Amino acid sequence: MGFWGRAVAEALLSIQGLRKHYGGLAVTNDVSLDVRPGEIHALIGPNGAGKTTLIHQISGTVTPDAGRVVFADADITRLSLPRRVQAGLARSFQITSIIAGFSVLENVALAAQAKSGSSFRFFRPAAREEKLNATARNALAEVGLAERANAIAGALSHGEKRALEIAIALASAPRLLLLDEPLAGAGPEETEKLIALLRRLKARYAILLVEHDMQAVFALADRISVLAEGRIIASGSTAEIRASAEVRAAYLGDEDLPC
Amino acid sequence: MPRGLKLDTLLTLLVLLALAAAPLLGFGANHYMTLFARMMIFAAAALSLSFLVGGAGLASLGHAAAMGVGAYAVAILDAHRVTDMTTVLPVAILASALFSLLTGAIAVRTEGVNFIMITLAFGQMAFFTASSLSAYGGDDGYTLYDRTELLGSRLLESRLFFHYLCLGFLLFCWGMCAMLLASRFGRVLRATRENALRAQAVGFAPYPYRLLAYVIGGTLAGLAGVLFANASEFIAPAYMGWQRSGELIFMVILGGLGRLSGAILGAIVFVLLETWLPNITTHWKMIFGPILILAVIFMRGGLSGVLGARRG
Repeated sequence: MGFWGRAVAEALLSIQGLRKHYGGLAVTNDVSLDVRPGEIHALIGPNGAGKTTLIHQISGTVTPDAGRVVFADADITRLSLPRRVQAGLARSFQITSIIAGFSVLENVALAAQAKSGSSFRFFRPAAREEKLNATARNALAEVGLAERANAIAGALSHGEKRALEIAIALASAPRLLLLDEPLAGAGPEETEKLIALLRRLKARYAILLVEHDMQAVFALADRISVLAEGRIIASGSTAEIRASAEVRAAYLGDEDLPC
Repeated sequence: MPRGLKLDTLLTLLVLLALAAAPLLGFGANHYMTLFARMMIFAAAALSLSFLVGGAGLASLGHAAAMGVGAYAVAILDAHRVTDMTTVLPVAILASALFSLLTGAIAVRTEGVNFIMITLAFGQMAFFTASSLSAYGGDDGYTLYDRTELLGSRLLESRLFFHYLCLGFLLFCWGMCAMLLASRFGRVLRATRENALRAQAVGFAPYPYRLLAYVIGGTLAGLAGVLFANASEFIAPAYMGWQRSGELIFMVILGGLGRLSGAILGAIVFVLLETWLPNITTHWKMIFGPILILAVIFMRGGLSGVLGARRG
């Protein structure tokens, strides 16, 4: 990135000195990182490193003890989860979280509805609001679920549910996607599809990606931060992380980094 | 599922049609008309509860209290010689809405068992408050010698008029609940019921939606209470007690949760059973209880489920 490019690429999301203690255990220990527009910043680390707690603090379900979360130049450290989503920070869940009794389309239309005027409307059937349905259909088409729009969400396959989660996040017109292990539990074929999907999304959204699948991380990420025991032990380009001795040490006996 | 929804609607319309035709088809005798009125009023109250439980996931065990507030609005105003609907109705609406708003503001903050216990507590508070209103009958209840007037006329004394008034109100409740559940507002409620975290993660803070649903449900129940006071021509603290709330919950579950036709069918069957069984034996509750238990165990999806109206 050149000199001018750097000025343009100001961080969209910036986490500054975040700390969270549970009793004597520092689960998040002075963590700082940022995500720039149009990049995938991957967060990796062994089990128990504190990735999920960190994601919860960024998305607003856990309040940090100290530090700041800044999104689009606004301090959102004290905002609730719904307010952060409205500000443009959409998240997906590690454990699939969809509304199983709704149709696939209604799951996504609900997210579109949150971004399109007041929901204290009582007279018109929401299902007939073409504007919401159109937004939802676009998001579904983007993740390759267009054909499944009328299926009951609970009846989808696991991989389809993962894709639906992403469609829901897209329909809330986010600026940044917080993806918590989007590949978790997906089969090899589904994984390939999801990786292709994330690659397509990359150009348009900033993405903070938490993922265990190292192959996927190294294929997708622009930058990688490594979390171990609540601290960022390394942060840099994929090449830098691959070369880092510290990272190898953290992962030793866990899994080998692909070369 | 649109097919299931349509069957739900069809079932409701059939029942309403039968109720509309009944007085004209030889069921016009007084004891039938009393029974029908009770069915329709409880059906409306059960509908408003079904809207809360099946729609918003708010299993209130204090729903009878809101109904009782409406009934007591009739009694208290009557004691002060205010007997016309033009005053009684707005007062009953305001009173039951305010009661639901104040109790709901606290109750709706909680979920699951806590919500049930808090609504139960508020219901019992209302019950004991009503018992202590000695100026309005206290423990003994209040006898309503004349039904509420309608613009100075005594139309409500006419059994036929009252029948169609109750039917009209039931239709109104049903239309209202169906419309609300299908609206944007209802979609947020349904989403919150099924997966509150997901609703929050797309940007909805559930509290204001749930609270408003609670107030709407309570107000509809309050209106049913106004009709109930007029139907029984008597108002008692027991109208507010937890037993009555439990009966309402039972009607909803017996009919099938999540379908509006279920609340109506549940209320009708419940009223039929509690009316017929005492003719067989004085220990009718010994039969009534097991019937209800067996119905819950063996009729998954309740009466409306058995009749084919799948969950919408």
